[in-house]
Amino acid sequence: MKYQLDARRLLCPLPVIRTQDKVATLAAGDVLEVKATDRGVLNDIPAWCRINGHQVLESHVDGGEVTITLQVGNKE
Amino acid sequence: MPQPRKAVALISGGLDSLLAAKVMQEQGIHVEGINFFTGFCVEGHTHAIRQKDLNKPKRNNALWVAEQLGMKLHIVDIVEEYKDVLVNPKHGYGAHLNPCLDCKVFMVRKAHQWMAQHGFDFIITGEVIGQRPMSQRKDTMPVVAHESGAEDRLLRPLCALNLPPTLPEREGWVDRDRLYGFSGRSRKPQMELAAKFGLTDYAQPSGGCCFLTDEQYSRKLVDLWQARGDRTYELDDILLLKVGRHVRPAPHFKLIIGREDGENQFMEGYRKQFITLRTVDCPGPLVLVDGNPGEQDLVLAARIAARYSKGRALPTMKLAVAERGGPERVLEVAPFAPHEIPEGWYL
Repeated sequence: MKYQLDARRLLCPLPVIRTQDKVATLAAGDVLEVKATDRGVLNDIPAWCRINGHQVLESHVDGGEVTITLQVGNKE
Repeated sequence: MPQPRKAVALISGGLDSLLAAKVMQEQGIHVEGINFFTGFCVEGHTHAIRQKDLNKPKRNNALWVAEQLGMKLHIVDIVEEYKDVLVNPKHGYGAHLNPCLDCKVFMVRKAHQWMAQHGFDFIITGEVIGQRPMSQRKDTMPVVAHESGAEDRLLRPLCALNLPPTLPEREGWVDRDRLYGFSGRSRKPQMELAAKFGLTDYAQPSGGCCFLTDEQYSRKLVDLWQARGDRTYELDDILLLKVGRHVRPAPHFKLIIGREDGENQFMEGYRKQFITLRTVDCPGPLVLVDGNPGEQDLVLAARIAARYSKGRALPTMKLAVAERGGPERVLEVAPFAPHEIPEGWYL
């Protein structure tokens, strides 16, 4: 399943916290697209994914908006 | 093989908590980190907002520490619960509005709850006796352990040898002989231990991870409370205290003046919550007006805003004023000269 999360206008680490809380409700294999405006997510969400065993599928910046697509890994 | 014992580590992103977690990992303990977001964390916010910092590398130090140590990190939003810690600290404040001892008790209590919920065995922190004047003293260490409810499941690996053995030590989960007896404000022992572990890149520790230890920030928060007659706040309030130049000409209104494009853009998101002022025919800052200004007050606010625009040398200039996202109307005012704005208005 594909899900979306609007984390625009939030400053880090809030987009990471919202991502973490959303992923906690998802199953392994689900895909989450996160939209944010704080460019800090370009570092923080991939770092959070690496630590927690999730995979970033794609990230891009369009004007002032960042979109990061991740796939939920095995949550043990 | 028995399952390894599990510890949850309070991770700030600084060197001490990194080392404490590493020391436990070296003893075969399974460590996961917990990091709390109070809203007052310095981490990245000003960099995220200011245009001049747009291309500076940004990293969340707590996440970075977790990645270096190969451990999970759980970031917990405690903005709402933290309000009571800040407004009613049982142990009072430090030099500014920093309720450090109550804050530490609160965070260890949250970690203790997390530990119980997740089947972990004990809690570790990077505390060092004498490192901080308020929260990390020999006499406050037992206060944190007791008031948090963690009691002897709270282990401080960096200064454990200066304290009575805790449960993990007595039970043999942890070898006390491989813990440390650091004390005092010197950073040298920590830096030596970091070098021993081969750690060379870590956040420079200074206690500067919380805006509440900042004099100017604390002054702005006190001003906010005085103006409202109420010691409350929302997350947006405390974020905006990090942004712009704050000028209070009268108790019933204040201006937040964007200092550069990044701040102006961030403040654009607040148009519906504030009266706004912007210059019409020359570049200038976005200004948010907080409070309940009358018409004469708005003229005064416009004259202050004009002083920070490119048209500051003109005899008069136009500013558009809008009420909380409503239609704009134009005021024509004479910009203040710098000396016409009393020093006491600046927060």
